[in-house]
Amino acid sequence: MRRINPRFIDKIVQIVFNMQAFFTVSILIVIVAIIFIKGFPYVNPEFIFASPEDMGRHGGIFPSIAGTIQLALLSILFATPLGVGTAIFLTEYTRESTFTKLIRFGVESLAGIPSILYGLFGFIFFVIKLKMGWSLLAGVLTITIMILPTIIRTSEEAIRSVPRQLRIVSYSLSATKWETIKKVVLPAAAPGILTGIMLSIGRAVGETAAVIFTMGSSLRLPLSIMDSGRTMAVHFYILAREGISMEKAYGTALVLVLSILSINVLAYYVMHRAISKYS
Amino acid sequence: MNTKIAIDRLRLSFGKNQILKNITINVYKNTITGFMGPSGSGKSTIISVINRMIDFEDNVEIHGKVSIDGINILDESCSPVILRRRVGTVFAVPIPLPRSIFENIAYGPRLQGISGRTELHRIVEGSLKKAYLWDEVKDRLSTSALKLSGGQQQRLCLARTLALKPEIILLDEPCSGLDPISTAKIEDALNQLKSEYTIVLVSNNTKQIARITDFAAFFYMGTLIEYNTTDKVFTTPMEKQTEDYIQGKFG
Repeated sequence: MRRINPRFIDKIVQIVFNMQAFFTVSILIVIVAIIFIKGFPYVNPEFIFASPEDMGRHGGIFPSIAGTIQLALLSILFATPLGVGTAIFLTEYTRESTFTKLIRFGVESLAGIPSILYGLFGFIFFVIKLKMGWSLLAGVLTITIMILPTIIRTSEEAIRSVPRQLRIVSYSLSATKWETIKKVVLPAAAPGILTGIMLSIGRAVGETAAVIFTMGSSLRLPLSIMDSGRTMAVHFYILAREGISMEKAYGTALVLVLSILSINVLAYYVMHRAISKYS
Repeated sequence: MNTKIAIDRLRLSFGKNQILKNITINVYKNTITGFMGPSGSGKSTIISVINRMIDFEDNVEIHGKVSIDGINILDESCSPVILRRRVGTVFAVPIPLPRSIFENIAYGPRLQGISGRTELHRIVEGSLKKAYLWDEVKDRLSTSALKLSGGQQQRLCLARTLALKPEIILLDEPCSGLDPISTAKIEDALNQLKSEYTIVLVSNNTKQIARITDFAAFFYMGTLIEYNTTDKVFTTPMEKQTEDYIQGKFG
């Protein structure tokens, strides 16, 4: 059998992988482009800073921008310490046992549950049972539970990948366990933890089902944590689903996409600066 | 001569594997004591008992006594964290923390609660000078320690240990990955340091042991075969195994 030139195979493989990468990126570009083209004409300062009128047919989307920020920020604020704490516990303070396996199994299972089930749980438990009503608080607590598995898993992964020698060096310089975690392990794991937080922000910002069930869909600006409100994703869903205004829906979608993109860019910029300084 | 570290009938096993078999040895103050022997002889394990880094290993069983200034450090009441301020360690592979040169050295002092900028700067400068590294890095203290060469990184690790102001410095094959020039710099530094510190140097390199130590101990399979002044060990060894080892017949 005649051998095929290995350099020829290399060339083919390279082309195949290039095409795959190109395909992936182009899907993303097409989606963003469509949203941009359809939404751009409707996005202007008034759209961003005004309140909606007539169910959203006219006016802007300011309350839902504020609602999105409130929901995402508060959920992250609750979920990050809890999730990172759990990850530290799992990696640093216990040995592998039935108990840790149980926790990890629970976390994996929670990660796989469809978001509408979180919504249903939040509705039954927070909204009805704890009498919170449709409120920012009920939404935040539900989203916190929903994003917790992601934060725990990514943080655990990040903490585990910090080289053991760094800890050993820290201990040899007379650090205690907590000092070592605080000063060596967490800084080294920070990029990984931040990735988990970014993914979680994305989920919180993009979530509809769980939010409608718990935070409701009030068009007013939530001024306290007991107020109902809606996020941009919910606003978009209702505008499109109920045929209120496709123009305003695309405008909302564009603002949503742009805010997710800018959060990502900002986070990677901050992260990159933090890492590149000392590596 | 004053005894600094007294190891008395030290036995240690990992599970069923006995690593140290009844080791008794005294290390004297303000000397460099060399621990030599082929790999598996237990010399590094002794080091990790003296600084209690052995605590991070699983399934370890230790019997016997290790005293520093007459106080048994294997006692329940002895805090390993406080102990490691008195017993500094330099490992075989230099591992800078992922931060600046300055912050690497300041890591230990900061843990001890020193936070004044001038005070820290004084400690950093003093430690780097003692480790013969100051002239090479004085203009770039704020750059990452990971950018230094291997030999510089090892001297950084020595300086970082010195910044703890320890009484004892343990070096676990500190020159195993270094070139002859870097090795010579470390050896020069150690020679200067012994007036202030008690130094234990673990090394596979018999020539290095002969060059810079005052006392030399030869370990084989977890047993102390011979211990004497370096002169005597290298000129008139009492044991056949020691002689074979230093002549390079095995190890």
